[in-house]
Amino acid sequence: MNPNAAQRSAFLDVRQVMRHLPQAVSKLDPRHMVRTPVMFVVWVGALFTTVMAVQDPSVFAWSVAAWLWATVLFGTLAEAVAEGRGRAQADSLRQARKDAVARRLHPDGQEEHIPGAHLRVGDFVVVEAGEVIPGDGDVVEGVASVDESAITGESAPVIRESGGDRSAVTGGTKVLSDRIVVRITAAPGQTFLDRMIALVEGSARQKTPNEIALNLLLSALTIIFLLAVVTLQPFAIYSGAEQPLLVLVALLVCLIPTTIGALLSAIGIAGMDRLVQRNVLATSGRAVEAAGDVDVLLLDKTGTITLGNRQAAQFLPVAGVSDRELAEAAQLSSLADETPEGRSIVVLAKQNYDLRVRREVGEATFLEFSARTRMSGVDIPVDGQVHEIRKGAAAAVIRWVREHGGHAGDDLADTVDAVSAAGGTPLVVAERFGGQPAQPLGVINLKDVVKEGMRERFEQLRSMGIRTVMITGDNPMTARAIAAEAGVDDFLAEAKPEDKLALIRSEQASGRMVAMTGDGTNDAPALAQADVGVAMNTGTSAAKEAGNMVDLDSNPTKLIEIVEIGKQLLVTRGALTTFSIANDLAKYFAILPAMFVLAYPQLDRLNVMGLSSPQSAILSAVIFNALIIVALIPLSLRGVRFAPTTAERLLRRNLLTYGLGGLVVPFIGIKLIDLVVSQIPGL
Amino acid sequence: MTQTAAALLQLAALVGALLLVQWPLGTYIAKILTDQRDNRLERGIYRLVGADPASRQPWSRYAVSVLAFCAMGLLLLYGLLRMQAMLPWNLGMAAVPASGAFNTAASFVTNTNWQWYSGESTLGYLAQMAGLTVQNFVSAAVGISVAFALLRGFLASGANEVGNFWVDITRTVMRLLLPIAALAAALLMLGGAIQNLSDPVTVNTLSGGSQTLPGGPVATQEVIKQLGTNGGGFYNANSAHPFENPTPFTNLFQIFLMLVIPFSLPRAMGIVLGNKRQGVAILSAMGILWLVSAATITWAEMAGKGLAPELAGAAMEGKEVRFGVTGSALFASATTGTSTGAVDAMHDSFTAAGGGLAMLNMMLGEVSPGGTGSGLYGMLVAAILAVFLAGLMVGRTPEIYGKRIGRREVTMVALYILTTPVILLVGAALTAVVPALVTASVSQAGPHGLSGLLYAYTSASNNNGSAFASFGAATTYQNTALGLAMLFGRFVPIVLVLALAGSLAEQTRKPPGPGTLPTDKPLFVGLLVVVVLFVAALTYVPALALGPVAEALL
Repeated sequence: MNPNAAQRSAFLDVRQVMRHLPQAVSKLDPRHMVRTPVMFVVWVGALFTTVMAVQDPSVFAWSVAAWLWATVLFGTLAEAVAEGRGRAQADSLRQARKDAVARRLHPDGQEEHIPGAHLRVGDFVVVEAGEVIPGDGDVVEGVASVDESAITGESAPVIRESGGDRSAVTGGTKVLSDRIVVRITAAPGQTFLDRMIALVEGSARQKTPNEIALNLLLSALTIIFLLAVVTLQPFAIYSGAEQPLLVLVALLVCLIPTTIGALLSAIGIAGMDRLVQRNVLATSGRAVEAAGDVDVLLLDKTGTITLGNRQAAQFLPVAGVSDRELAEAAQLSSLADETPEGRSIVVLAKQNYDLRVRREVGEATFLEFSARTRMSGVDIPVDGQVHEIRKGAAAAVIRWVREHGGHAGDDLADTVDAVSAAGGTPLVVAERFGGQPAQPLGVINLKDVVKEGMRERFEQLRSMGIRTVMITGDNPMTARAIAAEAGVDDFLAEAKPEDKLALIRSEQASGRMVAMTGDGTNDAPALAQADVGVAMNTGTSAAKEAGNMVDLDSNPTKLIEIVEIGKQLLVTRGALTTFSIANDLAKYFAILPAMFVLAYPQLDRLNVMGLSSPQSAILSAVIFNALIIVALIPLSLRGVRFAPTTAERLLRRNLLTYGLGGLVVPFIGIKLIDLVVSQIPGL
Repeated sequence: MTQTAAALLQLAALVGALLLVQWPLGTYIAKILTDQRDNRLERGIYRLVGADPASRQPWSRYAVSVLAFCAMGLLLLYGLLRMQAMLPWNLGMAAVPASGAFNTAASFVTNTNWQWYSGESTLGYLAQMAGLTVQNFVSAAVGISVAFALLRGFLASGANEVGNFWVDITRTVMRLLLPIAALAAALLMLGGAIQNLSDPVTVNTLSGGSQTLPGGPVATQEVIKQLGTNGGGFYNANSAHPFENPTPFTNLFQIFLMLVIPFSLPRAMGIVLGNKRQGVAILSAMGILWLVSAATITWAEMAGKGLAPELAGAAMEGKEVRFGVTGSALFASATTGTSTGAVDAMHDSFTAAGGGLAMLNMMLGEVSPGGTGSGLYGMLVAAILAVFLAGLMVGRTPEIYGKRIGRREVTMVALYILTTPVILLVGAALTAVVPALVTASVSQAGPHGLSGLLYAYTSASNNNGSAFASFGAATTYQNTALGLAMLFGRFVPIVLVLALAGSLAEQTRKPPGPGTLPTDKPLFVGLLVVVVLFVAALTYVPALALGPVAEALL
């Protein structure tokens, strides 16, 4: 069972509460409380009412004091539960970090065994099969298969090799085969694993800009309510209805936005945690928040929008050749071609023409594709003669045909152009028997296959106001065709890393926020420039360093999920803020008549809930105020339901649920609590 | 005709006229804001005061200019009142005492026009014309200038300036207020308001007694009193006086004048921001708030609950017969909703609910539709608050009109919404808690006395200027405290709004898309209205419960 399944349910279970209670109690430390001004006010109020209850004990006084402490405790409990979800993950990560012995390599070639914690940036270490990599670094020599399950949870080993974009290794992962030399790039204590542990535990959590702004506003509201309550006493004295301080404190606590104040940090922690559950690590809460604000997504074509590789889609023979003949030749030439393109040709021939390899090809010689010839092929001995089949880039194969006395007609050129224009890659197939002139057979149309469901995804993003830009190295013509098929809003063709960077800068200059994924070292500047830069875990350490998120699954499509998680975080915050403030109306109706009904009996007409007595009304409001926090902990951890749609629909739905709901729910809740509370003897 | 029909007819005529006029006037104001050229007269003024109309001010310079200008106005007016006895055209009036002069200077400079004195027995013509009327023009123009600066904050992109205060105030006075005031004064004189410089005339009445008939340049001060949402009457009876407001028609015309600029500014805003629907949305929110206030006050007065009205058959105590219940209620909702504070009836004598609703109308922060300029910037601050509170629910960092609401913006907004409640509640509570102050100023016992006290501080801190007459404000303490309340209630928000403008101007402007919260749709209008009502209710309901609510439920 998923360890987090329990938290996903709508209610907290008792075991969970008990487990986190010690943690919650330890958070009652005023030095901790003062970081949340709203809850600090409650804390002070609780202390104050306790002192008053001691001096002048009564059931009412002690009840109010106890429930105020409960209010504070429920707030810290929310935080503790949220943090607890990350702690389990952190513990398993710590297992991986346990100190490995490093085999440090001296410039003279000698090895020395030192504890991993003593490594310095720039050291070279040797790691062999069965050993744990002692720190983050880049492979500078060798190639090895590495088990990264400790951090990614993915059990299949990955290849790490020197040079290129797969050179980064993470401390704590295990080499399964071969021997590599790693140059250490992160000092102990600052490795990826260390950062990850700090992040999932929430210890490195800093308040995000939006959270700070919200806190400011909540503090201002708290001051206003403080003022309203403090100045109420002079007016009450004037009216001959001086109030006990206990009641004023109760009123204050009920009015200040305790619900959102108590849950605010839990919401933030849970948002980060939702990312971690999807195997994405954000280096800061700021990045998660920025994800919700993204206006433009830069998506790499390959792997994100299209399946990794181009696939054969059609056989287009020249005049006089049947498509079956072409398919057969194409299949033969691709038999030894292990590239995905080659395999897709074999598969297409098999599917569409039911072609199986009948001819004896055991003695055939296969020509591998090379960048120089730009074609591949096969030479099959048939009755002492050689049947040569060539397949490759149009220009290369046509040249081969001409060099071997053949002639490539206009219809071939037309087909090639047509395929290019439609965004496909034309591969020309030609053959030659013995000494006869070579003859072109036709064209294979290799197409990028757009992943299923992408069009709908982009449609949703558009409705949320997010523009998608496809980044590709293809020529503009090909790029346009794929962009149209996938339904992206724009594309950047023949993109070089500088172009990406320039595009990001220009979007940002017009006030938009940009998100992108990347893995290569040359992506690093763009990843650093983007507001949300998601580095693939398979990528280089430069890329991981530059981005503000790392996707452990290295799945570029996940960017879209990241955006949704960011939005959900903000929606949850807004919904609970609205709910919290809307609650106040009912509390006024409960408490104000209770306070002043003695001085002005006519105010009893405002007691619309028909609460049984002034004391029971005040206590009921206080209890409701505390219980609503507990009731909303699961929601704040889970996040409110989020479906991608336009801002207006989202606002309407959430205003109805949390605004209107926030107005109505407390009337019912306080009444129900009053029915119970009024039974308490001595009240 | 029944009272209800009369009320509806007046309201329909008023709404029709306002809708008709706000269209061209809004367009015209937008042009004043964006015009690149100065006319010859304006260039002359700039040369005279040594201002460079081409220079652009960052928000801090703009704020310093506003404060310096108003400080000068304050000193001049204070001097004028203190030295009245030595100056010409004083009709033999004595110098105004220090605390009173301070209160009046603060009152007129802040566009409040709270009057602790009675005009006909305290001020001569020079003080009225060179002192009060001048401030009636410029204090209104200051509000509009600050609103202009805020609009530029939304409009600018990565800029370090919010306009030029000297240009804004000069243009507002010269191009907007003076021409309309001149035209309106002529109309008001045609309607029967007086305009002369004669000394008071003493006549023998038919019953044998003698009566002093005051004169004065009334019509000219009257129009700017309403047009600039000032509210300071030439006479003590304010717009209830037949020389100021002779007929039901002039009554309706005065209401129209109060509302016309505040209701035209949203359209100007829409034009300037390049999306007129944004203006319509703000206009709608202001309109809904005002209509709700007008309807509820009228209902309260017509229902006439309370001992005296029920005995008399109608809530006519303190109301002019020529305006009746409906004309008075409509005037009350307009004057409290616009921060004008002129009255054509005694608010003190309104039913408990009616007086309480008039007070609540001010407590909204003067945004229904608020004072000249101050109504717009108040409503925009409320809009930012609404966007911030609910805007997170669309899953983005809140933004409005292409600008993000970040930490700095929220700080300014939070301080803005804190300012008035602090001044109002602390001010009123200080009086309530000191028995000597209660004895000196609160003449009525029970909840109505508290209502009067609350009303005074609500009026002063929101720069309205109307009052419950039973509250004795003409003491040294109240003159000073209320004067300070007016000054802080005016200039702290102005500085915050200008800082907000500066912070917005620095941001890159980004056109809103489908992912941003739509601020030009009915949904947002509803949200804005609810936020304005809710914030005011949450802040003031405890105090109101002991005043008007307790009184109304009797």
